[in-house]
Amino acid sequence: MSIKSKSITSKTDFNQDERLQKVSKLKILLNRPELGALGGAILVFIFFGIVAGDTGMFSAYGILNFLDVSANLGIIAIAAAMLMIGGEFDLSIGSMIGFAGICIAIPAIYWGWPLWMSIIFAFSMAVLVGYFNGILVVKTGLPSFIVTLAMLFILRGATLALTRLITGRTQVPGLRVLIENDPIAWIFATDTFKWVFTWLGSMNLIALRTDGTPLATGIPPSVIWFIVLAIITTWILMKTRYGNWIFASGGDKNGANNVGVPVGRVKISLFIGTAVAATIFATIQVLDAGSADTMRGTLKELEAIAAAVVGGCLLTGGYGSAIGAAFGAIIFGTVSMGIFYTDVDTDWFKVFLGAMMLVAVIFNNYIRRKVTESK
Amino acid sequence: MSDYLVQFNNISKFFGKVIALKDVTMKLRKGEIMCLLGDNGAGKSTLIKTLAGVHKPDEGEIIIEGKKTIFDSPKDALDMGIATVYQDLALVSLMSVTRNFFMGREPLKGPPFFKTFDVEKANKIAAERMGQIGIDVRDPSQAVGTMSGGERQCLAISRAIYFGAKVLVLDEPTSALGVHQASVVLKYIVKAASQGLAVILITHNVHHAYPVGNSFTVLNRGKSLGTYEKKNITREKLLSMMAGGEELDKLEVELKEMNRLSTN
Repeated sequence: MSIKSKSITSKTDFNQDERLQKVSKLKILLNRPELGALGGAILVFIFFGIVAGDTGMFSAYGILNFLDVSANLGIIAIAAAMLMIGGEFDLSIGSMIGFAGICIAIPAIYWGWPLWMSIIFAFSMAVLVGYFNGILVVKTGLPSFIVTLAMLFILRGATLALTRLITGRTQVPGLRVLIENDPIAWIFATDTFKWVFTWLGSMNLIALRTDGTPLATGIPPSVIWFIVLAIITTWILMKTRYGNWIFASGGDKNGANNVGVPVGRVKISLFIGTAVAATIFATIQVLDAGSADTMRGTLKELEAIAAAVVGGCLLTGGYGSAIGAAFGAIIFGTVSMGIFYTDVDTDWFKVFLGAMMLVAVIFNNYIRRKVTESK
Repeated sequence: MSDYLVQFNNISKFFGKVIALKDVTMKLRKGEIMCLLGDNGAGKSTLIKTLAGVHKPDEGEIIIEGKKTIFDSPKDALDMGIATVYQDLALVSLMSVTRNFFMGREPLKGPPFFKTFDVEKANKIAAERMGQIGIDVRDPSQAVGTMSGGERQCLAISRAIYFGAKVLVLDEPTSALGVHQASVVLKYIVKAASQGLAVILITHNVHHAYPVGNSFTVLNRGKSLGTYEKKNITREKLLSMMAGGEELDKLEVELKEMNRLSTN
């Protein structure tokens, strides 16, 4: 390596190359995959600011509400985006959410396991499911769309069948009492920065309940998870070797293989990522609701993919960003909650979701052509 | 002691009953360009894959720097300094020049367990290396998709050299290129050889091979028709050997005979 570093120093004038000036900061920004989603999110906020600005949507309570919804979707959307950049889909995310939920609830309620053990159990199952998805896709060479579609049915069916077999019903309540004093559960169930809200309440800056405590009690755990995951995954994609391998695996599987990228391992790890993200989602929701429902997470895989696409991921892989998927999730979460504050019937939300995705795909397609077109 | 950098002696490869390669011998010194010529189906692909370590030869030996070697995998071949640039180039068009250049071998910095991809260093090296071959990448973070075919070919070759290739195996590097682009690539190949690499240039285009090659091996139906020094063979002779010239001559005679008979 020493020879190479020497040749760098001999070319110190490289950065002063006047031709570099031609590429403006704006153009670099325009070429980023998450730009569309960022713009969309800003538009959505402006829209609701005008339409619903005085309704309480932008009170502390309102903001936390739509952030919570966005964050939940965001957790799985980020993982789905990473997998899409790696060139694969996971349609079993939604079913994994339901499955993970009962993996926590049944051992904890029916088998008498401590809650922390059930949570670890659920995450272990997630790793297994993700590994199984990944190894199946990598070894058979079948499209992940088909493999994970099969897993969608298998997991949902197994969730229903096992729950009914063990409990005789399809819901498992009674978890709330187990959360207290559990060494792990707080990671998924604690509102943070409570003191900020108490202080804001005491200053009469945010809405209070009749007993004087603030309506918004703290930042929900989903939001913290969402932010942390968005930062970590963006760092991985942009700044690590593994990130480069993800882009390479999705961009050109054979090419990446030929230059020594372990494409199979990268893909398997990304499938484990989506299953684990689904389990984070499930754990937060199950502990929040105090019960597990076998149908939880239905259709969430498609929302996650939609958010990833709005965030700039190409369906063909090799391009996209985690932060874009995060913005995509914020758009969907904000609209799905914001629509309650307007006069618009909530039935229209799905129409919006579909239209938004269509616009995003057309926009992304245009961007990709621009990025790859020859001079 | 031979002064050959790499020798492929009597290489044969069979797929079941099919003889894909039979007794192919190639020897290269440092700085030499050997052109491997052959029409479609001549066994070029099989030979490339054997050189690259994808296939193991059923007969014959590979000798690198005087040592007999067996490649168990493409990685083995790469570790021994034999780098193959396939026609698809192993470039991802949506990724940047830098990310492609270092794909799979990214330079790292930082403490253990928190090592990050040293993008700045990678950008510098990639731009510098491309600059050396006269390709001005204004911005090494631009997507490879924006480059021309010739530039991509040069990027792939330049990458192989940077990562320590001693023997470059180039699979049809000029086949998809226009005249000007092809000449840029060929010039670069000559330059690489002059820096001490041995180059095996696989092509079916004699017009591209003849000006740059030091020696020529012609493959026909899995067999080598011999290796010729440049001074011992003309372009026309190569062309006719490649196309199975004698067979065509025979065909011409037969057709004349048929014409004569039918007009009578």
